[in-house]
Amino acid sequence: MRQVGVLALQGDVRAHVTTLENLGAAPRKVRQVSDLAGLDGLIIPGGESTTISHLLITSGLRQPLQGLISSGFPVFGTCAGLIMLATDVIDGRVDQWSFGAVDVSVRRNGYGRQIASFESPIVIDGRGTVPGVFIRAPRIERCGPDVSVIATLDHGDGEHPVLVRQGSAWGCSFHPELTSDVLVHGLFLDALQEALR
Amino acid sequence: MNSAITPSTVGSALVKRGLADMLRGGVIMDVVNPEHAKIAEDAGAVAVMALERVPSDIRRDGGVARMSDPQMIQEIQACVTIPVMAKARIGHFAEAQILQALDVDYIDESEVLTPADEENHIDKWDFTVPFVCGATNLGEALRRISEGACLIRSKGEAGTGNVVEAVRHLRTINAQMRRLASADPSELFALAKDLQAPVALVQEVAATGKLPVPLFCAGGISTPADASLVLQLGAEAVFVGSGIFKSEDPERMAKAIVEATTHFENASIVAKVSNGLGAAMVGAETATLEQRLAERGW
Repeated sequence: MRQVGVLALQGDVRAHVTTLENLGAAPRKVRQVSDLAGLDGLIIPGGESTTISHLLITSGLRQPLQGLISSGFPVFGTCAGLIMLATDVIDGRVDQWSFGAVDVSVRRNGYGRQIASFESPIVIDGRGTVPGVFIRAPRIERCGPDVSVIATLDHGDGEHPVLVRQGSAWGCSFHPELTSDVLVHGLFLDALQEALR
Repeated sequence: MNSAITPSTVGSALVKRGLADMLRGGVIMDVVNPEHAKIAEDAGAVAVMALERVPSDIRRDGGVARMSDPQMIQEIQACVTIPVMAKARIGHFAEAQILQALDVDYIDESEVLTPADEENHIDKWDFTVPFVCGATNLGEALRRISEGACLIRSKGEAGTGNVVEAVRHLRTINAQMRRLASADPSELFALAKDLQAPVALVQEVAATGKLPVPLFCAGGISTPADASLVLQLGAEAVFVGSGIFKSEDPERMAKAIVEATTHFENASIVAKVSNGLGAAMVGAETATLEQRLAERGW
């Protein structure tokens, strides 16, 4: 069984923990540096990216995590987690920083404020359809050459990537953890298993 | 690549409750102007509640407390990237319509303002924007959920800096949920009658052991230790009203409460952030209050 961490500084940690448990993985909440020992991968949950980035600094987790992520440690970010993993963040705060693990430009709240938050099915090539829950979601507006686009969505103005991967770093703009569907987490766990083999 | 031209749905229960899920483990701070809002965001708040006066000032000033000036709400929306909430009076659906038109992210149908309807709360199913409502017990929480609330907070006693009422409400809600979880299914109908709550929601709580929406805490939180206390009692996030901007050093207090909320189970971190914080807001003994805000709403 793989030990997967869920960054538990703020956000919908519980939903990720439940999804991982349903997949038979062993989730561990990560709040301080000592919680990182022995992990095979880490999920950065949905939440508020400004809050999570602030708490990454105060908890002392920023530097060790940056080191891990830069050396290829498997990570998966949903929504705010995607923002934390992107190389470029548009419409962020002036002091917004991120781990730069996935070469994408994301626009914070790129689909609008809460009133524009929506549900839409997402087709994942060859694997089926998953429910997509977009909440004040970031929008992926540019992908670098090393990024694989796994799923896109046309929300009325052309296709935008919504699930991407660069090496062992994965990101999606929606919240697979908020539904009982485990397909997206399963893809991440399969890749993690593959990488560790 | 598959192209997915698909219908999308806004304002579903999942999307509305989902934003509350994203606020878990966070601190929502009352702010009265853009400067306060920036301080809150810098300190790591997950959202701000835009209002003209914090509850302790509403309490001091008396009179009728209403929805805030739209201009003030918009100024705050323009200066932060985190969600902005605003309060409507209990039952005042026209104020709520205005707040929805302003694109606020959450509406608090709040007992801190003067109620506009003494029988009916707002029909919250009518709205695309999600609502948070206060509750003092499980029946009240389930009635609000049946009206469409997507997030429940304890009422506490706002503006007092005294956490005792919030603790009472959290303990009551949790004890009543434990009672349902241990009840025989045939007893749930009578328990629903006692709680004055819909049977279907009572059955759902009995089956899951928790509310169908997140449970946050509000009313009287004014120190990092208060935040740790209510999180250990089962709250999933905290609203802090007067407790930050009525303290001696709001910036430090805001940061300290944010850290204590994340690390609520780690007493040495809560101790560290509580060090030399300066004076917390001046509190009030609830027994001496002329107006109990928690008694508003039903």
